[in-house]
Amino acid sequence: MAHHDFTMPVTEEAARSLRVGDTVTLDGTLFGIRDRTQIEMFDRGRATRFDLAGHAVIHTAPNVRKVAPSERFPAGYEPVCIGTTTSARMERFTRPLMAQCGVRLVIGKGGLQEDSQAAFRELGGAYLAIVGGAAALETTWVEAIEDVDLDDVNPESLWKFRVRGFGPLLVGMDAHGGNLFRDVASEARSRRAAVLASLGVTAR
Amino acid sequence: MRVDLATVEQVAKDLYIRAVKILPDDVKQGFERLSRSETNPRARQMLGTMVANIAVAEEQRNLTCQDTGIPIYNVTIGRNVQVDGVDLEAAIARGCARATVEHPLRSSVVHPITRRNEHTSCGIRVPVVNIAFSEAPEELAIEMVPKGSGSENNTFLRMAVPADGLDAVKTFVIDSVLAAGGKTCPPTIVGVGIGGSADLCVHLAKLAATSRPLGSHCADADGAKLEAELTQAVNRLGVGPQGLGGDSTAFAVHVEIAATHITMNPVAVNMQCHAARRATATLTPAGVRHEA
Repeated sequence: MAHHDFTMPVTEEAARSLRVGDTVTLDGTLFGIRDRTQIEMFDRGRATRFDLAGHAVIHTAPNVRKVAPSERFPAGYEPVCIGTTTSARMERFTRPLMAQCGVRLVIGKGGLQEDSQAAFRELGGAYLAIVGGAAALETTWVEAIEDVDLDDVNPESLWKFRVRGFGPLLVGMDAHGGNLFRDVASEARSRRAAVLASLGVTAR
Repeated sequence: MRVDLATVEQVAKDLYIRAVKILPDDVKQGFERLSRSETNPRARQMLGTMVANIAVAEEQRNLTCQDTGIPIYNVTIGRNVQVDGVDLEAAIARGCARATVEHPLRSSVVHPITRRNEHTSCGIRVPVVNIAFSEAPEELAIEMVPKGSGSENNTFLRMAVPADGLDAVKTFVIDSVLAAGGKTCPPTIVGVGIGGSADLCVHLAKLAATSRPLGSHCADADGAKLEAELTQAVNRLGVGPQGLGGDSTAFAVHVEIAATHITMNPVAVNMQCHAARRATATLTPAGVRHEA
């Protein structure tokens, strides 16, 4: 259970060094993506001018205030509240994010599934779990919205954040087949019959 | 009492903003209770982060969760209250849109076919406005619920049949909690609707999850007994906070019931995430009373 401080971007080796149960804190660049962002990128073939190679993406769509661009708000957006959304809906985009864009780390809540697990193993990546619904705290780790692309689908734009001390995040899925979400779900399913019995129900 | 629509609009705006920032006291107490009983170290740590977040949100007057949700307004109209229903709905929608634009809040609402976002949190039939009636003289209560999508996406209905019995209801609740895993942002409030028609059953599950304070009980004695049993049962599954293991899978299971057809045995599950947000205000002849 090691702790890792990463300044983004990171190498494949660094991503592969993570093991479930480890914690990670990020500094530097973090990209925000969401359902529509990835539908635009991978289903509709829209390119982004951002280089995501070696970077981390977070499943988010922030609350922002539109302001005049300045040194503090280079993209013309002041962060209001930046949190994390449920990852499972975006399962099918993990592989293209990694294979086509070189993304190494996916940050989200609730975990991802089989294909993401395989992509992490084959391509070298990991899933970092954040405590969902703790967005006020998370916002304090974001220094600025540096840039934004695909902003016609705002708030589901491709956001470029500058973060400091973003974490600690828990490694929930790693490149070696480790998956805390799967292990907990499997343990919970194994208790199903006993739990139903406690309610006087025979499991079927 | 004649209802002033400008007041309704202002209250609808204020409630949305208050709901996304300040959790109700019963939910904060729920966190204290779970923090005391949780035995899994990682789960205790995550509950600690959630509690810290509630304090940061209040200190910085920020949102507890980024998800501004689907806006729902539950309106309860008491005795001898005069209001035009069409105007009332319009005033609530104006307040909802003003909260979104003026705060600003992220508009999480899109057209279901074109996926166009009007950036007002409003659209066709949204905000959802539910109207109910009460015996309370001369008052109109408005409860605002910003319902997060992570939990809403885990809503389940089963039209079981009488031969399946209450066993089908219990099994369905357990299986729904297992299926949801960490996607609903546990610890959750698990709302269970039993009986009614299909739509009423889902509506009851929603009310049970979002509108009933923690510590409250189903008004029906059999419903109350069942919800107490189910609360214990789901917390034996070990799903835990965020689906990462622990005792704190749900703050509670809430059951709401309605009479149903002789051939039907419907059960619905709707969940509320740990950001169990709601805010209420009551319009009276003496003015507006805000409730925690």
